[in-house]
Amino acid sequence: MNWRGNALRFCEVSGLPVLEPFVRLAAGEDPKEQFVGIAKFVILPFFAILLFLGLWSLAAKSIVTDSGKLPSPTATWLAGKELFAMHTAQKAADQGKKQEKVVEAVRFLADAKKLERRAESANAADKKVLLANALVMKQRAVQSVNYIPTSAPTFVDQIYTSLKTVFFGFVLATLIAVPIGVLCGMSPWFNAAWTPFIQVFKPVSPLAWLPLAAVVIIWLYSGVDPATIILDDIFGIPVGQVKAFLISAATVSLCSLWPTLVNTTLGVASVDKDFLNVAKVLRLSWSQKLFKIILPASLPLMFAGLRISLGVGWMVLIAADMLAQNPGLGKFVWDEFQNGSSLTYARIAFSVIIIGMIGLVLDRIMICLRNMVSFGNPAPG
Amino acid sequence: MPFVSRPVRSHSSGFALLLVSVFAGCSSNQITLEDLEAAADKLAVEDAAKAEPAVESGAAVPAESAVAAFLDVEKPKLKFGFIKLTDCAPLVIAKEKGYFSDEGLSVEVEAQSNWKVLLDRVIDGQLDGAHMLAGQPIGATIGFGTPAPIITAYSLDYNGNGITVSNEIWAQMQENDPELRKPQPKHPITADSLKPIVESYKQKGKEFNMGMVFPVSTHNYEIRYWLASAGIHPGFYNATNIQGTIDADVILSVTPPPQMPSTLEAGTILGYCVGEPWNQQAVVKGIGVPVTTNYDIWKNNPEKVFGVTEGWNERYPNTHIAVVKALIRAGKWLDEKDADGKLVNRQEACEILSRKDYVGADVDVIDNSMTGTFVFQKTDVRPMPDFNVFFDHQASYPHYSDCIWFLTQMRRWGQITEPKPASWYAETAKKVYKPAIYRKAAEMLVAEGKLESEEFPAADYDGYRPASADFIDGNTYDAKDPIAYINSFTIGNKEDTVLVKE
Repeated sequence: MNWRGNALRFCEVSGLPVLEPFVRLAAGEDPKEQFVGIAKFVILPFFAILLFLGLWSLAAKSIVTDSGKLPSPTATWLAGKELFAMHTAQKAADQGKKQEKVVEAVRFLADAKKLERRAESANAADKKVLLANALVMKQRAVQSVNYIPTSAPTFVDQIYTSLKTVFFGFVLATLIAVPIGVLCGMSPWFNAAWTPFIQVFKPVSPLAWLPLAAVVIIWLYSGVDPATIILDDIFGIPVGQVKAFLISAATVSLCSLWPTLVNTTLGVASVDKDFLNVAKVLRLSWSQKLFKIILPASLPLMFAGLRISLGVGWMVLIAADMLAQNPGLGKFVWDEFQNGSSLTYARIAFSVIIIGMIGLVLDRIMICLRNMVSFGNPAPG
Repeated sequence: MPFVSRPVRSHSSGFALLLVSVFAGCSSNQITLEDLEAAADKLAVEDAAKAEPAVESGAAVPAESAVAAFLDVEKPKLKFGFIKLTDCAPLVIAKEKGYFSDEGLSVEVEAQSNWKVLLDRVIDGQLDGAHMLAGQPIGATIGFGTPAPIITAYSLDYNGNGITVSNEIWAQMQENDPELRKPQPKHPITADSLKPIVESYKQKGKEFNMGMVFPVSTHNYEIRYWLASAGIHPGFYNATNIQGTIDADVILSVTPPPQMPSTLEAGTILGYCVGEPWNQQAVVKGIGVPVTTNYDIWKNNPEKVFGVTEGWNERYPNTHIAVVKALIRAGKWLDEKDADGKLVNRQEACEILSRKDYVGADVDVIDNSMTGTFVFQKTDVRPMPDFNVFFDHQASYPHYSDCIWFLTQMRRWGQITEPKPASWYAETAKKVYKPAIYRKAAEMLVAEGKLESEEFPAADYDGYRPASADFIDGNTYDAKDPIAYINSFTIGNKEDTVLVKE
């Protein structure tokens, strides 16, 4: 009984109602009823996907222009498999290169030592040059041994970069939107001051924000020594890409903070009056009122906003990547489009599917988080 | 130095085990100098046991008293930008063939979406340097477009562009000129047969749109040259009209190179001037016909350069020399010929360039123009060994006269809005083109025995290619008299002859 309850609760909180009939079936509940559930959540979607693939194949046969054609599902699948194979091959090659570089480093150092030995017996003028040369060789040895592959990012690398960017931008947006939203919700005066900004900036497309974000980020970083940039340590962003990364992330933030802001305001403003009266009776301080009453009560709506924000952020990121030249899925799609090779459209179709599936997973994660803070009122899937 | 390129792999057999034993003791994952020294000492013992003669004595460092100093590279990790065009080849080849790593450089090359983004990223330091249109450093330095001091010490290639028109316009050109109906019409094809078509568009009040890739690109000046030599006005620029459409019969607009074929197919433009492989893409897909190449417009015309900011060059002078050394070797590799004059490395270059992170077009599209032939139509495949020149004819040297040609065209079409004296042209060329860096790199390569000194211009060469009439209209270009050259065109701004003496 207990495992059944837990499993059902898991299905509910994780936003995976698909699993529910299976759990009930395993628990020995009426099979007939469960098969209806399975038919609805598993078999029907399965046939819908089959139908979609069929229609897609038909469309692929007829949609052909001089400069390209719609790829078939098979071509898309093969292109995807190839992309992953290319990733594996690239990583193996990079590894081999690294080993080669270590061998090379030892050779450089041996050469440096030979130069030093020669310097010992050389005249003063030669000695200086020989020692300088030995130093150059030593530096190169250290460089070689700490070699970081310079191959272009693979498809899988691009996925990671995109995820990093969207999370960074999303966290930034949350840190800005939640405090402002709480203040707006608590004070109608503050809210009135903010409303014009929210109304004007909310509908702006990422493409319009991007150049402005770029100017601000580049200004922030002008004259900054690359060695002092800490982001590359935290997120594994190569030093040269920090600016592009921040430009994309800032664009994601600017576009995705509005749903969180608006929902937080609404959540805080609509806290049950009874709760607030209780707070008055108990003479709670301002901070106690905020942390014990207002925030917990407004969490479900706040998370509903965060869920929309993350979805918007993911959508915006692809466009921002394309424009900011930030390595990521958007740049992958754009580069492929520019390639104009016979594989271009199949690869783009495959990345469209991957982008969609990642979006789905991100959405499920947010539903799960929301359900965990909503005190038994799960959101509709 | 020679021992840099000496194959280290020959030693690698015994190494793997040796290294594992040495590095197993490392506490951090960063290997330090001490760890290496331990390994190198073991290697020295191994070498002694094999009784190998001292390898580098005499070979690496000349025995004379003047020992050649190694380049102390200030910035070993570099990132260069490029646009998906076959003439980015020297950058790609220098990376893939290990010429950069021979100089101790670890280089990443990254495709950029368009020329404006590429230039901005070089200026704000996100890129160390880039594959640039020859006009970009010049335009940036004199303040047309984004102003910034950009210099170049290496010219990436000569030629390599073509002008393509849509199938429909080609059919109309064939009606106007029966010669063009032949499977292999006489070349060069001028814009004479295009003129009546442009005129009929004008009468109907329709715009005749053509694409080029950037306001200061070679393509812009070439398509203007080609149109104007047949009396078609491509339009003037002035201080307020920066689209260059004053008095225009043909409206030229900017389209990024890889988008040219699809924009042509969409009918937004009726023809374009672009680098390869985007003319061949139109041939292979059957959406347009290349009518002429820039080799016919001007034989051995400068095309792309390797550009960096002046500040970058000041901070990393040795790095710049090392980069140019690697590029020179890459250019030479690309132009390597066998005894019959056949380009031997181009097929391999096409294969490398067709990878998705470089040019990315199909290999059969790229090799249509890279391997010594050019496909005009499926019936018309011509040998054009000089369609892409990377090193021969001193193509990689930054000639002042090449810079001045761009300046004359900028003045001809009004991008330079004020009249300038002849001396200004020479001074500006000296500001942008830096043959001294190229010379230094060349000297080092000669000293290392990688190239011969005869492969470079003579020591007393002043950077001005001899006056030449190898243009489609037979006009003579003498870089030492830019004012007279500007005045020699029927269509174009005219200068006061007083300026010649200033």
